[in-house]
Amino acid sequence: MIWLVYDGSFEGFLTTIFEIYEYKWSSVHIRKEGTSIPPLFAEVRTIVTDEEKATRVWKKLVNILDSSGVRKLWIAWLSERETIEDTILGVVKYAIQLKQNVLSNFGNEHVLQMQQAVKSIGREKHRMEAFVRFQLTKDDIYFSVIEPDFNVLPLILSHFRDRYADQRWFIFDSRRSYGIYYDLKTAEFVDFIPNSLLSKNRVSTEAFGENETLFQELWKDYFKSTNIAGRKNTKLHVQHVPKRYWKYLVEKSFGI
Amino acid sequence: MQERIQEKLNILADSAKYDVSCSSSGSDRKNTDKGLGNASNSGICHTFTEDGRCVSLLKILLTNHCIFDCAYCVSRKSNDVKRAAFTVQEVVDLTIGFYRRNYIEGLFLSSGIFKDADTTMERLVRIAKKLRLEHRFNGYIHLKTIPGASDELMKEAGLYADRLSVNIELPTERGLKLLAPDKTFATMEKPMGYISNTITALNDTRKLMLSTPKFAPAGQSTQVIIGATDESDLEVIQTADRFYRGFNLKRVYYSGYVPVLADNRLPSLSSQVPLLRENRLYQADWLMRFYGFGAHEILDDSNPFLDLDIDPKFGWALRNLDLFPLDVNKADLEMILRVPGIGVRSAQKIVATRKFGNLGWENLRKLGISLNRARYFIVCKDPALEIKDHSPEALRHLVLSAGKSKFSDLWGVQTSLFG
Ligand code: SF4
Repeated sequence: MIWLVYDGSFEGFLTTIFEIYEYKWSSVHIRKEGTSIPPLFAEVRTIVTDEEKATRVWKKLVNILDSSGVRKLWIAWLSERETIEDTILGVVKYAIQLKQNVLSNFGNEHVLQMQQAVKSIGREKHRMEAFVRFQLTKDDIYFSVIEPDFNVLPLILSHFRDRYADQRWFIFDSRRSYGIYYDLKTAEFVDFIPNSLLSKNRVSTEAFGENETLFQELWKDYFKSTNIAGRKNTKLHVQHVPKRYWKYLVEKSFGI
Repeated sequence: MQERIQEKLNILADSAKYDVSCSSSGSDRKNTDKGLGNASNSGICHTFTEDGRCVSLLKILLTNHCIFDCAYCVSRKSNDVKRAAFTVQEVVDLTIGFYRRNYIEGLFLSSGIFKDADTTMERLVRIAKKLRLEHRFNGYIHLKTIPGASDELMKEAGLYADRLSVNIELPTERGLKLLAPDKTFATMEKPMGYISNTITALNDTRKLMLSTPKFAPAGQSTQVIIGATDESDLEVIQTADRFYRGFNLKRVYYSGYVPVLADNRLPSLSSQVPLLRENRLYQADWLMRFYGFGAHEILDDSNPFLDLDIDPKFGWALRNLDLFPLDVNKADLEMILRVPGIGVRSAQKIVATRKFGNLGWENLRKLGISLNRARYFIVCKDPALEIKDHSPEALRHLVLSAGKSKFSDLWGVQTSLFG
């Protein structure tokens, strides 16, 4: 058994696929660096990311699956499930073998597993588009911290860029320690966050911009006023807003 | 200043909450040229109230001062409540402040009639206009129009709002007379007609001239209160049906009456909110909008109320057992849609899949059809599962005792198909 370790980038993953074909390895497992411990007798190889190899794999796959299909592979990869690389590799091998778009063949277990990953991360993406709460800071940046289960930042970028085109904003994923910063021109990934800004994963009150406290209070008031006591239904409420999301939400007083 | 605005918001959100419309979908206003916001076609629910309803819009009244005296309404003239009124600027600031923080998809604004219809309506329109033109706001705007407002104001409203609504509130003229003596069907149907005609006219012009402005692109809706008066479900859905046909409404919302006022014309303060009845009406409404049912097929004079134990499609099938069993490999889409347990998507899948060969039970299961209800009404290429000469009563009992609790589908009104 060969245990292939790559640097955790998508290019690295594509490079890995290239080398599997190049060296005709069979029976491989692909893992991100530092995510799991190889079994005792596995032959471990480290893959060095190579942009040219990655591009060649990308083009080949676009040929067979067209770009929306390859986007799906990428989305599934963002789910960060421990064995997702092996699942995607299964799909890639199957597609290359049949030379056709196999993504709608749910009879294939790899395809099925991959589509399930795509579906769950899609749900998380939608929820983040709903549950991000911006807090305005003194430097006029609308700031939000999230800790999604999956790596959804790359998927929500365009939604927020299109929507909030006339304000500076920053969405930070504290679990993965990186964020997106939009500076009124472009939205870019950044892995730096000024420490002084935050306390307990949200903007500290000292860093609040004008009226921020007021708007948070108003939103909490609004949330209370819309409730109709005669229709109270806690079970349904929690089903729609699972507790693990409360820490993002002002109206839930950030999980408290 | 801060306390004052908080107090206003509490009062004016509190009295607006009985309007159950929450939709922010059906419009796709794009953010071109770096303005603020966009309206996503499917809408986003940003949070959910503790009673489980979705919150996607800032839903408030401009004011709860009202010269009318509708018995069911907390804002009515004779009710002793604290009154408040927002200024135009306050509503604009709240909307923008909430939107920028990603709390909401937009604004749903209605108002008590604080002066004559036009003065009130003009104020609502001014807010929408200011949001669009001064703040280049592309989020969703729903305005509740004021009955009796002039056509010119209605026209302006449609140019800036995504959706317009005229809440009819009571399903019959008789109900209105009793509880809302200042209103008549005629004053409410006039704006509905105007909106509907203008949408159609501008759509026609747009075919020739692409630059024709959009008018209420997400259409119009209305709300009917259930259980405040003694109307039957038949009267309710007949009214809805008439609005769908006559004015092309996107949605009719049904709102179970929440007892908030003591008045001998109204149900007592201790009466329950008729949630199950509300849910059955939504299901009946789905049948009319998506399943091709006419109001008269769902209920008639001998059965004027919906059966609370079973969904209305199952009820219809039990009254029409002679039309079944249906051969799913041969029947038209319209008939397959009428089989209890088969939803719109499943019916379409059946029709698409059977081109490749006749379907059996296993195929149907794989298409996601729950057979515990459908199997009594259909045959396929395999031997029939359950077609015996059941009486409607026996069949009803069989399905009910096999199925889930009759209350388990009480919620999820907006998304549930017929399981
Ligand atoms: S007109 Fe509207 S606000 Fe005024 S009492 Fe009637 S329902 Fe209430």
